[in-house]
Amino acid sequence: MARSMRKRGAFPHTAMRAAEILAPFLLLAAVWQIASYNFPSYLFPSLIDVFVHTIAIFASWSLFAEVLATVGRILAGLVGAFLLGTAIATVMARFRGIDRFLAPILNFFQGIPALSWVVFAIIWFHGTEPRIFFIMTMTALPAFTFQVLDALRGMSNDLVEMVMSFRPTRGKMFRVMILPAILPDILTAWKVNLGNASRVVVVAELVGATGGVGYELLQQQQIFDMAGALAWTLQLVFFVLIMQKIIALIEAYAFRYRAISERSL
Amino acid sequence: MTLAADAREAEIHLEHVSKWFGRGENDAEMLRAVDGLDISIARGEMVALLGKTGCGKSTTFNMICGLLAPSEGTVRVQGCDPFKNFNDLRGKIAVVFQNDRLLPWRTAIGNVELGLEMLDMPRPEGRKIAQSWLSRLGLEGHENDYPHALSGGMRQRVSIARAFATDASILLCDEPFSALDEITGQRLREEFANLVRENRKTAVFITHSINEALQIGDRVVVMTRPAKIAYDVRLGDGATSEQNAAIRARIQDVLAA
Repeated sequence: MARSMRKRGAFPHTAMRAAEILAPFLLLAAVWQIASYNFPSYLFPSLIDVFVHTIAIFASWSLFAEVLATVGRILAGLVGAFLLGTAIATVMARFRGIDRFLAPILNFFQGIPALSWVVFAIIWFHGTEPRIFFIMTMTALPAFTFQVLDALRGMSNDLVEMVMSFRPTRGKMFRVMILPAILPDILTAWKVNLGNASRVVVVAELVGATGGVGYELLQQQQIFDMAGALAWTLQLVFFVLIMQKIIALIEAYAFRYRAISERSL
Repeated sequence: MTLAADAREAEIHLEHVSKWFGRGENDAEMLRAVDGLDISIARGEMVALLGKTGCGKSTTFNMICGLLAPSEGTVRVQGCDPFKNFNDLRGKIAVVFQNDRLLPWRTAIGNVELGLEMLDMPRPEGRKIAQSWLSRLGLEGHENDYPHALSGGMRQRVSIARAFATDASILLCDEPFSALDEITGQRLREEFANLVRENRKTAVFITHSINEALQIGDRVVVMTRPAKIAYDVRLGDGATSEQNAAIRARIQDVLAA
């Protein structure tokens, strides 16, 4: 009895939640579809056309390989920036002199627009992949470095002292204290940088690549195919959503220790 | 007994220890937290370090623990410099802090196992020891609870279990019951004192409460600012109530001075 009541109570809540998530997208789709009836298709193509293009990309291995190439570039650039940023942040957290020396340089890098890095990469490097890897790494590096640095500095001194009182080796200190303490900030950094990277990679591919989603967008622009442009854009949106979901699942598992307050902020 | 002889025989020995903070060139810019402290603590002794807030008790505690280096003088724990020979004392010192300092991402049993992991103890063996200490401290059934699900008293019990689990011969305690309500604090204090005596530990117990110092210590050392010993007294088992009252009055006078 109690179980059936709980089930009856849970269903409307889940349905409401789904409706809340879907409503803005449905409204946006409806507005777009109405616009498609009133404007030429090269401005506002029908959603059916967009859907057909999207499925065509999924169905064709040669087209989907372009999506995978872009995904690979995003992940390679982010992993590179993360590893380099973590190494720099660790040294900055450990040595105040290096921190004072490197912080202004990183701030300077943060002010350089992504498009400038694209130009620099084209001048400095031969070949598409090194260029895009360089652009992705340089644009994400300052953010990863500062986020990991803040995470290291934000660790509870009380907890660090407590673990130190057991006289751990460096490896054990990292495993039992540092990694769990900074993981929330690292995952947040990945979430933020993932969105940024998906925008930067398109710019990099538009200018300096002969394949990938950015290159395909350029092709759609040259033939004025708005449905195709939207379909290729959606591939990147799907990728970001899938990655965000994976990170959310990691967070749900890794942070299961957190207390859940009944009264939210 | 000379200081050198003390150093050889004592479990913990501080000789002319001073500690100051700050980067100034002259004395006025320095905060002198400890000033020429001499103290020897024998094996199996349970010493209550008593003093008012800000008198340098915690700085002394951190130097014994090896978390701070003295600015002057020598600190020896089992003959080792706890700061310079930090790793040599692994497994020999356990600490109970003022607040429980449990790792929030570990369960109660995971927190108790922490020190055992540092000693490379095989996991099944460590789990058995952690389990037995949790049971001993009345936390059976809460092994898999995360710290946020435990009350303040239960959390402090976990931190005591964590300290005892490593079977370190020296226990350092920094006002571990001061954040608890009176009844819980009193009960834990009694349990703690019994555990220390049963397990024949050398214990240094920092407190600002005269009652706590008299209840727990075999010896009470009263410190005045900046961490100098103003009164050092051993409490005999057969002391009369008049003798205890006289000691209490003397401590009150020293602290009031």
